[in-house]
Amino acid sequence: MKNYIKYLPFLALGIISCEPELDNPVDEIGFYSNGETDFSNYVALGNSLTAGYADGALYLTGQENSYPNIMAQQFAKVQETQMFTQPLVLDNAGGLLFAGNQIFANRRVLAVGADGNPSPQIYTGMQPTTDITNVLSGPFGNMGVPGAKSFHLITPSYGDISGVPVGTANPYFVRFASSPSTSVLADAVAQNPSFFSLFIGNNDILSYATSGGVGVDQTGNLNPATYGSNDITDPQVFASAYSTIVNAMVGTGADGALVNLPDVTSIPFFTTIPNNALVLDAATAANLTGFFRAVAGIFAQGAIRQGLDPAIAQGLAAQYAITFNAGPNRFLIEVPVSQTNPLGFRQMTAEELLVLTINRGALAQGYGSVMLTPAVMQVLGILQTGGTPTAEQAQLVLGAVSGIEDKDVLDKSELLAISTAQASYNATIKALAQANGLAFVDAKAVLAQVANGGVSYDGGNLTSTFVTGGAFSLDGVHPTPRGYALVANTIIEAINNTYNSTVPKVNIGSYGTVTLNNDVQ
Amino acid sequence: MKKLLLLTVFALATAVTYAGGYRVSLQGQRALAMGHTGVAVVNSAELGFFNPSGLVYLENRLNISAGGFGVFSDVVYQNEQTGDFARTDSPVGTPLYLYASYKVTDWLTMGLSVYTPYGSTVEWEDDWAGSHLVNNIDLAAIYVQPLVSVKLSPYFSVGGGPIYVTGSVNFNRNLNRTLSDIDGNRSNVTVDATGVSSWGWSASAMFSPTEKLRVGFNYRSEIILEAEGGEADFENIPNSPLTPFADTQFNAELPLPAEVTVGLSYQFFDKWLFAFDYNQTLWSVYESLDLEFADPNIPDSKNARNYKDSSIYRFGLQYDATDMFTLRAGYYFDESPVQEGYFAPETPRNDSNNFTAGLSIALNNHFAIDASFLYSRFKEIDASYDYYFENGQAVPFSGTYKSSAFAPGLGITYKL
Repeated sequence: MKNYIKYLPFLALGIISCEPELDNPVDEIGFYSNGETDFSNYVALGNSLTAGYADGALYLTGQENSYPNIMAQQFAKVQETQMFTQPLVLDNAGGLLFAGNQIFANRRVLAVGADGNPSPQIYTGMQPTTDITNVLSGPFGNMGVPGAKSFHLITPSYGDISGVPVGTANPYFVRFASSPSTSVLADAVAQNPSFFSLFIGNNDILSYATSGGVGVDQTGNLNPATYGSNDITDPQVFASAYSTIVNAMVGTGADGALVNLPDVTSIPFFTTIPNNALVLDAATAANLTGFFRAVAGIFAQGAIRQGLDPAIAQGLAAQYAITFNAGPNRFLIEVPVSQTNPLGFRQMTAEELLVLTINRGALAQGYGSVMLTPAVMQVLGILQTGGTPTAEQAQLVLGAVSGIEDKDVLDKSELLAISTAQASYNATIKALAQANGLAFVDAKAVLAQVANGGVSYDGGNLTSTFVTGGAFSLDGVHPTPRGYALVANTIIEAINNTYNSTVPKVNIGSYGTVTLNNDVQ
Repeated sequence: MKKLLLLTVFALATAVTYAGGYRVSLQGQRALAMGHTGVAVVNSAELGFFNPSGLVYLENRLNISAGGFGVFSDVVYQNEQTGDFARTDSPVGTPLYLYASYKVTDWLTMGLSVYTPYGSTVEWEDDWAGSHLVNNIDLAAIYVQPLVSVKLSPYFSVGGGPIYVTGSVNFNRNLNRTLSDIDGNRSNVTVDATGVSSWGWSASAMFSPTEKLRVGFNYRSEIILEAEGGEADFENIPNSPLTPFADTQFNAELPLPAEVTVGLSYQFFDKWLFAFDYNQTLWSVYESLDLEFADPNIPDSKNARNYKDSSIYRFGLQYDATDMFTLRAGYYFDESPVQEGYFAPETPRNDSNNFTAGLSIALNNHFAIDASFLYSRFKEIDASYDYYFENGQAVPFSGTYKSSAFAPGLGITYKL
């Protein structure tokens, strides 16, 4: 028997070699092709979308599902790659601390309220633990900095903690800048990447849009140092910053992909609250119509009393005799007082948008139409019986009109400013992609598809409907993991087309959507 | 003897492997070495499984066969579209068996068999691409069967007996493809039931028209294991009224299908024996794996299986080389019961070609050592499971699978 023992290792060998092997295993290098490019050292440049920001915060699982991280995992199936690193936060609460003081709020979760209805709420299950005074040592493949605009990426000292209180530095970049004086671009170039992606410029219009256009369209102002945070960046400033970034990255010998800018106005932040959510029954509609006839009448009488030509006065007054119908009606918004609109309000047009953050309780109380108090109703009664209200009573009626404030609405002119800047930015991006032979990623087209009909996947249809559509997280601006997976696939497809590579796409159905949790206050 | 049996039962509790469906054809060294034929082979107490009616033809008064196998079995999965790749890391299965027969009179033999014809252990990496179907499963069933074998004439015998089965199942999978808690840990459920028992029976006959030719028939009944009040343990469930998955109990039925075997053996050139068996496993009873949860807030889990009856064709050869050595070899073709579109990764099995060999070494007139091995060769297969649903929509899980199985075994035969 002893003689046979020496054969035992061979028996063991036989067992080991019995592991099943596929004819063409995908986990062997060579199954997929990197084509004419090299993914071994990938660096992603961008803003919150690149960082994996979602639900109004940067948190761990969001970062794990960032599109650069998804792409890097797929790149690793194609060739030997460096470990893709991200400046990970410490928790899934989101939120940021600055020396122990919370400067950014926690993430949102979908919580079920006492009424049984789910709604986005701030997660309070744990305190944030990520403090920007704790600077990480890099380098990091994911250089996405939430809040960054195009020109911020080339701004020195954007990660200098001393600039945070005065707004010249970004707390997210503070966390992983290689030095206080560096720029995002400098830290990216220093990694000598073999491949990069650039998705920047969203905030150059988005913060203007989400603030309801309270910022300034800085087109014509070439000094970004003078810009406020909610301003639209001048297209030349954008083009200059963007080409600086591209040239520097290409200068390292890297290939790359440039992602254009989706329509900010098709995100749920602007499409969730319809501008005609003023739903009335027939009696209330008639009441409101009567009210605005009274407004028009009061305005005409006052104007004539002040010496205005009666015909002109009647003409101006006509715009205020707004008719309301049973069913949905568009809200009223405040506009600047002008000669053609002396009362400074009008009804919204079809294309104008309300922001997600508008006070919906106030809308139900008359915000966007009229605050019909008993005193106002009394004046209306006087008018209906042919009486003449006093000047004070007339002012009471005019004052009852409650147009939606500028910060809660994107009006025609603001929408035009946004789309004009966006078109210019996108032309720059496409031209630079073509000029440098880089992959051009049409994220605008993909988001348009999500917003108009949706993108089908193996488990359903991905749409931009808030909460239930699956593509957008609970801040209404940033994607869910499934939305980010779609972004990753879109970029991968453009890369494969440009570089003849065969990087596999992911199944977006395997990525989650909104997070359910009831640890809220 | 009683102590030995008890030990065996304990050992068998861990004796599981995976197989066609979850049938584990490893019920004796001598039979396995000959392609797991045996319905018409009168050779040892292994007849206690293959054809109890043949026990009465054994020459010795007392016959015992006992042994076990080490089953090294794994599966690899990939999806070329996504680059998803997974490999099972299943523990070594150790199915055991014990058969004893005692000749009471020339025409009557009593016996006892303990064996494990069904079982499955598959361990995928947690949260792998198919984790919404299975992370891991451990299924075991132990059959204990008293037997009687009666010679009705020199040419014809019958046999059989009641079967007592005790089984257990432990199954873990993620609730769906995406649900997770706040920290991203995937929500999953483990269902666990042990000591699930049931009864069945087998009956057999053997016809020996000449000394060299035997024809056998064996039928083993279907046994439905009904797990009642098993534990369902939900983990990493989001703290939300929308996901009311609290730990609860479950009921489920798992069929251990009936099996019909017919076959013959023929002795030639004095020292050679040829055997052929045809099995049909009546898998069509396995229509669906349904878990009914006691908590009314938790929807029942319905998992279509829709197996079909499947056939196995077995061929074996035996050569008495010397008084001491007997050599055996065999082959069988094992048809999968899994139909197209129902390829679930908890029992990932397609058709296989199986090669076997083995030998017996007679140490003396009483003791022999039996050894055998099985090598199962599976073709690479592109398959999918099309009956997983999300929000009412079927979400197929597809990819390329390749399985392998290798089972060396060792046993003893004792006769007195």
